[in-house]
Amino acid sequence: MSAAGAGPADAALALPRNTLLFKLFDGVLRYSPLLVLVAVWEGLGLSGFVSRQMLPDLGTILSEFWRMLTGGDLLYNTARSLSRSFSGLALAIVVGLAAGLAMATARPARLLINPVVQIFYPMPKSALIPVVMIWLGLGDASKVLLIFLGCLLPVVVGAYNGARGVNPFLVWSARSLGAGRFEVLREVIVPAAMPEILNGCRTALAFSFILMVSSEFLIASDGVGYMISSLGDGGIYPAMFAVIFFVAAIGFAADRVYSVIMRRQLRWREA
Amino acid sequence: MSALRQAPAVDPAGMAGAAGIRIDAVTHAYRSPGRPPVTALDRISLDIGPTEFHALLGPSGCGKSTLLYLIGGFIPVQDGAITTPKGRVTAPGPERSIVFQNFALFPWKTVRENVLYGLRKSGVGREESEARAREFISLVHLTGFEDAYPSQLSGGMQQRAAIARTLAVDPKILLMDEPFGALDAQTRRVMQEELRAIWQRSPKTVVFVTHDVQEAVFLADRISIMSSRPGRIQHVLDVPLPKERGEDTLESREFIQLSEHIWRLVREQAVAATRGRL
Repeated sequence: MSAAGAGPADAALALPRNTLLFKLFDGVLRYSPLLVLVAVWEGLGLSGFVSRQMLPDLGTILSEFWRMLTGGDLLYNTARSLSRSFSGLALAIVVGLAAGLAMATARPARLLINPVVQIFYPMPKSALIPVVMIWLGLGDASKVLLIFLGCLLPVVVGAYNGARGVNPFLVWSARSLGAGRFEVLREVIVPAAMPEILNGCRTALAFSFILMVSSEFLIASDGVGYMISSLGDGGIYPAMFAVIFFVAAIGFAADRVYSVIMRRQLRWREA
Repeated sequence: MSALRQAPAVDPAGMAGAAGIRIDAVTHAYRSPGRPPVTALDRISLDIGPTEFHALLGPSGCGKSTLLYLIGGFIPVQDGAITTPKGRVTAPGPERSIVFQNFALFPWKTVRENVLYGLRKSGVGREESEARAREFISLVHLTGFEDAYPSQLSGGMQQRAAIARTLAVDPKILLMDEPFGALDAQTRRVMQEELRAIWQRSPKTVVFVTHDVQEAVFLADRISIMSSRPGRIQHVLDVPLPKERGEDTLESREFIQLSEHIWRLVREQAVAATRGRL
């Protein structure tokens, strides 16, 4: 985002773009509105309208965070959560790509899958938590299945729309240069659909975090969702907030990393 | 005008054996549900020689692109037959390569990768592919832009890249669908001269679709003039201009006379089509 278009640092800084210092400044300035949020948080806490119990000061939260981090608790639970969320996400990407591409290229697949997609798309996947728990029990499988289900549709829809929108002249060009049908799928349809596929996967990435936390709230004995709910139940709010902010930061970082990779993959679109 | 020889729509000159492309009574209708079918092509028959540069000339909607897509094998032949030395056309094949008006370069590939695509597909080895890609990129004057993506090039450069991609595979039959339609006048002129020169160096069957009379006369050995609704071939004309063509060709008496003659024939078709619609 900071590489293309004018960043906020352009106005403030007469540094050449692309230097590390510029990028650092640009990033800090870009997210400076978060400071307003910090001020509101601290202000509300100090004003006495909200009890400090509910809105612990950020210093306490930070020290709780440090304690859990160095104690290994946080890292262990984060690792457990991320392994679930990435398993579900990876599965969703594989199955979703196959389903979306099949729908776009084969009429029977479209007739079969499309109604299912339409019905399940608006349905909140967290509503399935109790059912999935009954089916698969309390282990990892139920969480992975939920995350898979939640991430599946954005990938299917992205792949389907992307593949449907492929310029038919590209397909014809490839065919007249000697490509067979399967080669056209792999070498033309998939790369042409890549922008939409990557966007679908990005939505899925966000959903994977949401479903990871919400499934761990209800059915888990470890993971960051479990930590949040058990710390909250125990009234240990500073530690709870520390975990919440940590999860938010990981989600944010994952999205930023993803968007950098995505931009690199789609370099060809930039004129 | 006596220089012109007006050939009948079905060429009886016995070219069948040598024909690069034989189009035999091809009729094509577009059907959409709830509407009467639209006849795009009505019993088209035409033989095009193995080293002939043939222009399909006509107003928009006369089915000239449809005919080209049928030869390419991109849409199935409904009625009649199209035959090349490789047999009946039923699907696209690398011996019939095409250049589209909208270039249709793979936008995620660089110029070099685009040109390499067809070469690699036709089984040319890696090193020879690279050499041929370089050769054809230089032929269309894109040396220095090998690693540019299509989005970084102007329309004229994109079209040159598309032409290089198609020529590199050395197709027996070259199909061109208004390839210069999107270019500005100067670029267009340069490209026409280059295309004619390339074809002179390596003669092959070219079917060139255009609605530009001067372009058809400048480039082609023979011109089919088509009428619309339904698409038919009204006239097939020889172009008795010298093989070598350049800037002075455009100013020659023959060129101007032939262009005017063809322009009158085309206008008849356009007027007739307008009356038919009113």
